[in-house]
Amino acid sequence: MRIIVCIKQVPDTAEVRINPETGTLIREGVPGIINPLDLHAIEAGLYIKEKTGGKVTVISMGPPQAESALRDAIAMGADEAVLISDKAFAGSDTWATAYALSMAIKKIGADIIICGKQAIDGDTAQVGPETAEFLNIPHISYVRKIEHIDKDTIRVQRLMDEGYDVIESPFPVLFTVIKELNEPRLPSLKGKMAAKKAVIQKWNAADIGASEDNIGIKGSPTRVKNVFTPQARTDRKMLEGTPEQQVEALIQELRGLKCL
Amino acid sequence: MSVKVNIEKCNGCEECIKSCPFDAIELKEGKAFINEYCQMCMTCLSVCPEGAIYEETEGKQTKNQQTSEYKGVWIFAEQRDGKVAQVAYELLGIGRTLANDLNTELSAVLLGASENEAQELIKWGADKIYHVKSDIFNTFNDEPYSKILIRLILMHKPEIFLSGATPIGRSFIPRVAARIKTGLTADCTSLKIDKETGNLLQIRPAFGGNIMATIICPDKRPQMATVRPRVMKPGNYDSNRKGEIINVPCDNLSSRTKVIETVKESSGCFVNLQEADIIVSGGRGLGDPKGFKLIQELAELLGGAVGSSRAAVDEGWIPYRHQVGQTGKTVCPKIYIACGISGAVQHLVGMQSSDIIIAINKNPDAPIFNVASYGIVGDLYEILPLLIKKIKEEKGI
Ligand SMILES: Cc1cc2nc3c(=O)[nH]c(=O)nc-3n(C[C@H](O)[C@H](O)[C@H](O)COP(=O)(O)OP(=O)(O)OC[C@H]3O[C@@H](n4cnc5c(N)ncnc54)[C@H](O)[C@@H]3O)c2cc1C
Ligand SMILES: Nc1ncnc2c1ncn2[C@@H]1O[C@H](COP(=O)(O)O)[C@@H](O)[C@H]1O
Repeated sequence: MRIIVCIKQVPDTAEVRINPETGTLIREGVPGIINPLDLHAIEAGLYIKEKTGGKVTVISMGPPQAESALRDAIAMGADEAVLISDKAFAGSDTWATAYALSMAIKKIGADIIICGKQAIDGDTAQVGPETAEFLNIPHISYVRKIEHIDKDTIRVQRLMDEGYDVIESPFPVLFTVIKELNEPRLPSLKGKMAAKKAVIQKWNAADIGASEDNIGIKGSPTRVKNVFTPQARTDRKMLEGTPEQQVEALIQELRGLKCL
Repeated sequence: MSVKVNIEKCNGCEECIKSCPFDAIELKEGKAFINEYCQMCMTCLSVCPEGAIYEETEGKQTKNQQTSEYKGVWIFAEQRDGKVAQVAYELLGIGRTLANDLNTELSAVLLGASENEAQELIKWGADKIYHVKSDIFNTFNDEPYSKILIRLILMHKPEIFLSGATPIGRSFIPRVAARIKTGLTADCTSLKIDKETGNLLQIRPAFGGNIMATIICPDKRPQMATVRPRVMKPGNYDSNRKGEIINVPCDNLSSRTKVIETVKESSGCFVNLQEADIIVSGGRGLGDPKGFKLIQELAELLGGAVGSSRAAVDEGWIPYRHQVGQTGKTVCPKIYIACGISGAVQHLVGMQSSDIIIAINKNPDAPIFNVASYGIVGDLYEILPLLIKKIKEEKGI
């Protein structure tokens, strides 16, 4: 089985601060981490490899620093890693990102492609399904359990609002995973050694045959017009007194808001 | 203008056949052949690895993507088990406002469900319904859903297309946007028309609500967005409203993925967090899985849903589907009651845009109080039973 896991390096949100004057994110000094759900995607890839045999390739599109995320993935047990990096990719939205990832995936060749459900910086959850459409292959979102996998089909559970669906697909297929699927393993000592030595392949736009009309700002249909900080809550009330008084005060407030 | 195949270059790889939303390409004698169903969407041109498909123009050159050709506001009326979801009525509400601002029509796409449900959409504000009546849409499956929608959009060219940011919308709408080569903005909480340019201003939280961003899609149409449920007001219901229902045929909707089974899972109470008006959430402060009995009792009393922090899920006290936060669900109810939850950023990003937040915590310094509208410093095992008792009195139960 040829398995590709797409991972994104994101700023650790716990560390993100907002510049109060400009309303923009202060990214300096914020550590880059593997998008949390992508750790579950890597774990899923390693699990499938253990079941069916094959190779796990992790890919990431991003600036040169994203190499460290790829090394972390190798430490977990991925076999190889490709960094897709080029100034021309700067400013890509989900459409242009999915296009670039699909071109790289075509070049590598894959039976299964695994993404996280969403990245914590943009929260869009769009890159996975868009990449599948560019590849002309089916996708399954929100995978929470792999029920069965053999060389011809995969059967999984997809989490929905009020339950789950059991879905079967032939290969190639792309799926996006949620946290419930598994518990990502920690890097082993052997993995860490491998990560140090690993040669990360680096591909630019030309290497993956990406047309310049489809990447970066030029290839992105959407633009960020502006960013601003949401209004902070100024309405906080602490309810004081004995538990009875606190509850009474809360009931009063809720009544006032016509919530009861 | 027509689409042609250069037979010398075509190697019969079938990529174009797989990509064609209209099933207008067949393999004849090992070569691609374009039949009369072709709508000249040009999708195949970009997917052909050999560059064997081209556009033949006779006489005047027509530009493919002219934004002014695109007219009307469309919404996707999601249905589950044949019943239109609440979010569709909310989309008709915001859709009506946008359509009025642009002086244009409001249409809804309904896949599956009955004629009656289509009529209801008109009463909620739609001028036109594109209704595709077929049992294949009863269960949600990405491929048939996206194929039919791609066809409809390419044929009728709406300028704005909105869908709910539900598990269904967020799964298949990206495929549609990718194929049509247009922008898609996820999980919008506010939509407006820019008076100067006529563009749709799509406002959404990013970084878990720490910042808001206004996104535009200036050169491509339709401008597509998924809209967070429960944020927009439903349209005005008028039982005398008249509109048009257009029955759309659907043949040739193949799918590679198969939905084998649909399982409803309920843990005794309403869990659809993203549709709930009220959410009562419990965290590690409950100290014990039994604490969720109290949480559930309060939730049921208020007609709300049960949420939780990750710590409570990790302890195994409650299933993952209840988890709110960065790696769980993002919710925006009218009232969010956090009990025994400290308010770690990863939790806050999933709930801080709720209208009213009530926090109950022993520790006066817990960060949850920073986002609370009402804070109660106290033991939840004292507060909750009292609160439940009071509300019962209030409701006369
Ligand atoms: C990558 C990543 C992703 C994460 N994603 C999520 C996510 O999606 N959602 C999420 O929730 N967390 C998430 N977390 C975890 C998050 O950082 C916190 O660990 C978690 O939210 C803490 O849950 P808690 O508030 O229930 O527990 P604690 O932090 O242990 O807080 C318990 C609180 O209960 C109070 N308390 C105790 N007893 C009582 C009592 N009797 N009455 C009243 N109050 C009491 C305490 O004062 C304390 O404030 C994530 C973490 C990481 C690293
Ligand atoms: N630049 C990128 N490089 C590799 N994978 C990505 C990239 N952006 C997004 N992904 C994948 O797509 C998923 C969803 O991301 P998003 O649509 O941005 O929320 C992530 O969890 C990753 O698996």
